[in-house]
Amino acid sequence: MELFESGACDLAIKIKTGTISSEEVTKAVLQKIEQREYDINAYITTTPELALKRAKSIDIQRIQGKDIGLLGGIPMAIKDSIITAGIRTTAGSHILENFIPPYNAHVIDKLLDAGAVIVGKTNTDEFTMGSTCETSYFKPARNPHNTGRVTGGSSGGSAAALAAHECIAALGSDTGGSIRQPASFCGITGIKPTYGRVSRYGLIAYASSLDQIGPMTKSVKDSALVLSVIAGYDNRDSTCLNEPVPDYLTEIDSGISGIKIGLPKEYFEEGLDSEVCDITMKAVEIMKSEGAEFIDISLPHTEYAIPTYYLLATAEASANLERYDGVRYGYRAENPENLYDMYCKSRSEGFGIEVKRRIMLGTYCLSAGYYDAYYRKAQKVRRLIKEDFDKAFKTVDAILTPVSPTPAFPLGSKINDPLQMYLADIYTISLNLAGLPGISVPAGKTSDNLPVGVQFMGRVLDENLLFRLAYALERNVGTSLTYEGAVV
Amino acid sequence: MSVTRKDVDNVAALARLSFTDKEKEELIGTLNNILGYFDKLSELNTENVEPLTHILPVQNVMRDDEIKPSLDQETALKNAPKHARGHFVIPKVIE
Repeated sequence: MELFESGACDLAIKIKTGTISSEEVTKAVLQKIEQREYDINAYITTTPELALKRAKSIDIQRIQGKDIGLLGGIPMAIKDSIITAGIRTTAGSHILENFIPPYNAHVIDKLLDAGAVIVGKTNTDEFTMGSTCETSYFKPARNPHNTGRVTGGSSGGSAAALAAHECIAALGSDTGGSIRQPASFCGITGIKPTYGRVSRYGLIAYASSLDQIGPMTKSVKDSALVLSVIAGYDNRDSTCLNEPVPDYLTEIDSGISGIKIGLPKEYFEEGLDSEVCDITMKAVEIMKSEGAEFIDISLPHTEYAIPTYYLLATAEASANLERYDGVRYGYRAENPENLYDMYCKSRSEGFGIEVKRRIMLGTYCLSAGYYDAYYRKAQKVRRLIKEDFDKAFKTVDAILTPVSPTPAFPLGSKINDPLQMYLADIYTISLNLAGLPGISVPAGKTSDNLPVGVQFMGRVLDENLLFRLAYALERNVGTSLTYEGAVV
Repeated sequence: MSVTRKDVDNVAALARLSFTDKEKEELIGTLNNILGYFDKLSELNTENVEPLTHILPVQNVMRDDEIKPSLDQETALKNAPKHARGHFVIPKVIE
């Protein structure tokens, strides 16, 4: 096996024990980036010089006998919605095309403290608003399993970078499925932690009550490793939970005998692709053979999740994106007539169409006369959706569902119909509305050789169980590294 | 409720966005299509449902009012499209 095909857990041990150097691994990954980027577009910015310098310094620290950290020397890719001091961070937008953040996001400080090596910033839908990575100002990312297909989104760049071995581990962010759906489309593992588990300090905001950062990795164990590094309290994010972070790896192999898993009937109705359904049901059989017990459940407000999500998310986005005014940072239009004109021109030239559409939708729903009918109504339905989960988790320990109704679809096939695009988020958005954790893990491939993941949803702060469940499935199916047809 | 040209003009002004006539026509169509679907929520009687504003029971997060290091002026101005003498420069607002 080539170096770049290894996972983070394996490599971390090998680097720590001196079997290989961080420099060797980093070089292998950088070489892969050079070979694959022309048709994958996983990255917006790569930082090869910085990465090599950092890798060498990690190697020297190891030789000096210092502790190089849990991720010591591991080359990682960071979604470009997470800010990195001194490294250009664009959020996939023209308006931030030349933005060089003066400080690090909390998760970046955590990764660097743990010895990680950053190799670049990955492609994303503009301001993470999209489900395909096609609204990126720079270029659409392409699915390494079939470059005519989308990667999914918005964290499509991180998912593609992993599938094409252009990094060892990555971070994404998930507001309505942006980690889990591209993970499924690209055949990798992605977890959206409980809202508040990971600090959002330094995450470029889309919808603050829903956004959450999470690991995207080549295996479930890697996911557990990265989450134990980035999770935990940070007083710079007032929604960050002050709860201890368990070592997610200790119990990962303890089996799932007797675990009760719910199958919500609303997630298996009209619109679900038959191959995706078959792969999901095969996962159910595997989980049964591992000792899990399945129970039919109902999440009756599922059909209302899409309007609820898009009303709340766009309303929050319209407020969050007010800051892009061409004054303190970001793009400013040339020769404005006056201040108002400068705001309008800078924003209109700086934002892409999907971002403008969502700002318009959000502003409309918050405007006088419509607030109660739309925004407040959506907040009420959000409670009903959350209560569906509260009720379900009284009888089950976890829930298993598909991640997306279809496998990765052809590039360009949905981009011109926003409503159709929104509707495809049906299986992932409820979880963000309820603030719960969910993991997408590879479950198989379609007859067209496209990866399909399944999703495990859990109770608040029950990431530990999600890792155990996902690991039990992975042991049977194989990781993205080993299962049949893994991309090299 | 349906979105009119007047609504689009009004909302665009609130959001500090400008659109061409063609873009406005497209927006009217798209917004009506999306909001038409979203009217689905009116099927639900939510009269006695309390709006959910925070998903977790975290309230009044306070911290001590301590002075901590922050960005210096030079760093804070580094990304500004236009600045002079330690200030952000914008078009003249006083006649």
